[in-house]
Amino acid sequence: MSKGYNFAYLDEQTKRMIRRAILKGVAIPGYQVPFASREMPLPYGWGTGGIQVTASVIGPNDVLKVIDQGADDTTNAVSIRRFFARTAGVKTTERTSEASLIQTRHRIPEQPLKEGQILVYQVPIPEPLRWMEPRETETRKMHALAEYGVMHVKLYEDIARFGRIASSYNYPVLVHGRYVMAPSPIPKFDNPKMDRMPALQLFGAGREKRIYAVPPYTSVKSLDFEDHPFEVQRWDKPCELCGASDTYLDEVITDDQGARMFVCSDSDACQERQKGAA
Amino acid sequence: MYVAVKGGEAAIDAAHKLLALARRGSADVAELSLDQISEQLGLAVDRVMAEGSLYDKRLAALAIKQARGDLVEAIFLLRAFRTTLPRLAESEPLNTANMAVHRRISAAFKDLPGGQILGPTFDYTHRLLDFALAETENQPEAVAPPASADANVPMPHVASLLHQEGLIQPEAAEDETAPVADLTRDPLSFPASRSLRLQNLARGDEGFLLALGYSTQRGFGNNHPFAGEIRIGAVEVEIVPEELGFPIAIGTITITECEMINQFKGSKDVAPMFTRGYGLVFGESERKAMAMALVDRALRASELGEEVIAPAQDEEFVMMHSDNVEAMGFVQHLKLPHYVDFQGELVMVRELRAEREKSLQSQKEEKSHV
Repeated sequence: MSKGYNFAYLDEQTKRMIRRAILKGVAIPGYQVPFASREMPLPYGWGTGGIQVTASVIGPNDVLKVIDQGADDTTNAVSIRRFFARTAGVKTTERTSEASLIQTRHRIPEQPLKEGQILVYQVPIPEPLRWMEPRETETRKMHALAEYGVMHVKLYEDIARFGRIASSYNYPVLVHGRYVMAPSPIPKFDNPKMDRMPALQLFGAGREKRIYAVPPYTSVKSLDFEDHPFEVQRWDKPCELCGASDTYLDEVITDDQGARMFVCSDSDACQERQKGAA
Repeated sequence: MYVAVKGGEAAIDAAHKLLALARRGSADVAELSLDQISEQLGLAVDRVMAEGSLYDKRLAALAIKQARGDLVEAIFLLRAFRTTLPRLAESEPLNTANMAVHRRISAAFKDLPGGQILGPTFDYTHRLLDFALAETENQPEAVAPPASADANVPMPHVASLLHQEGLIQPEAAEDETAPVADLTRDPLSFPASRSLRLQNLARGDEGFLLALGYSTQRGFGNNHPFAGEIRIGAVEVEIVPEELGFPIAIGTITITECEMINQFKGSKDVAPMFTRGYGLVFGESERKAMAMALVDRALRASELGEEVIAPAQDEEFVMMHSDNVEAMGFVQHLKLPHYVDFQGELVMVRELRAEREKSLQSQKEEKSHV
């Protein structure tokens, strides 16, 4: 472990401040709690919110998994996993089932999470209304009054223009029937996994200084209309490595002739399935 | 057979090694020492201290060396260190009237008590490359300090001279017993107090403030400024330890202070008078202090009953975007992988195009039937 720094980098007062924000977030599902985000030794926009949340809830007995784009070996996931291996000396894993704490950017693991696990999301822009209203002073009011008309108008305009809701990621959700929440830039494919998930979901936005949470078994509904129900992405072909047809696929360009193949974005789930098949 | 890309760890290790090599440059050239950086690149050190909001020349020099001279990266390094430091005390307000001045100018009065002192300024240099400096043996001649720099000559602030006549709006002290606002310890919320705005501007990116200040001069929130006074020099920092109950000096810092004097036409209830914009920056940074003073004044628009129409007057716009550590992180995070989201967009665009193709096709068929 690194000398000269506290367990998991942050000092205990900061952790306490962040835990209070988390508790408040858990108590008001989907509500964005302002917190005094610290400068971290990693750049803003690279997971500082998620790292602060993880640093505040991690204990010496935790087993940590870090994924970016669903994979454990993407460079930023490697960097964050190393950060905690170095500053907290915790055990790390690539197996979803073995992890007590999973920090993620842009995906929810394919394997369903269990009670007792915590999923920490890195969030770039926590405000789902930001593209409709750039001012924080305004959007806070809109949340307070549950005034979500602009969001429905935006979704309606999509349908009028494209015949469908044209958001493929960071697809807005309604949490516990009250707050409209940004699920972070996960593909909408992952949205249904958030609904009544047995694991605790925590969201950290470092640069924007907001924490929010979805407690276990909380309803998370993707916004839609009766005549235009929410749908997730589908692919014509299964994963070319493991054969799964129910997972989110990455497209990999394999030569300069435009040949491409589709493989699971969740590298752990893909490997487990390949092992099972072998 | 395609094998998923592996090797993030090895790649990161190799990148770090390459960075160390690139930082060192050619081994034929002597390595830079921190003393060389802080003595000969002093203004770079000052900028890193100011925007890193930590007054420590040695650490700032180290950050500059580690960042290969990339000042914003150096600011980031210093900030990430600063954030781990405990808050031991709050200083008393600096008394800049007692500054040991080495530069002091006023553009509002030709002469004034304490005089005008140019000090070591670029202002009247001709920007001609000095090829003699390319040689490494340079020993500039010594200069005797000007008589007016004598610490015994009082040097009152220009604004205080105007204040005697009631011509300038007094700076209303916010409640002095209230705890000092600190945006590094409490999340920012709006409307923000002026002290919080000033803290934000003092840490803010020099280039951003320069552009905003400039925009006010070009009509986007003009506030008719005069450089009332700019002073650079050393001031003592005092704290009141609880067990003593009286202030003691804990050190001396060099700062740049700028007070802009701005027109205010008055209103129904207030007589016409001058108002101020204030800039205070660690080290020597006149450009930033001046820009900060322009933006501070612009941000007082609503307080002074002026219409808020320009970016520089918009507190949320200015304060949310002034921090270069936040900005550089978020802009550069775009180079992180986004293939999951991009795949979502690809699926969407392909479907939209297929639908369009289908509807065009059916339109064509309908026409051919007619």
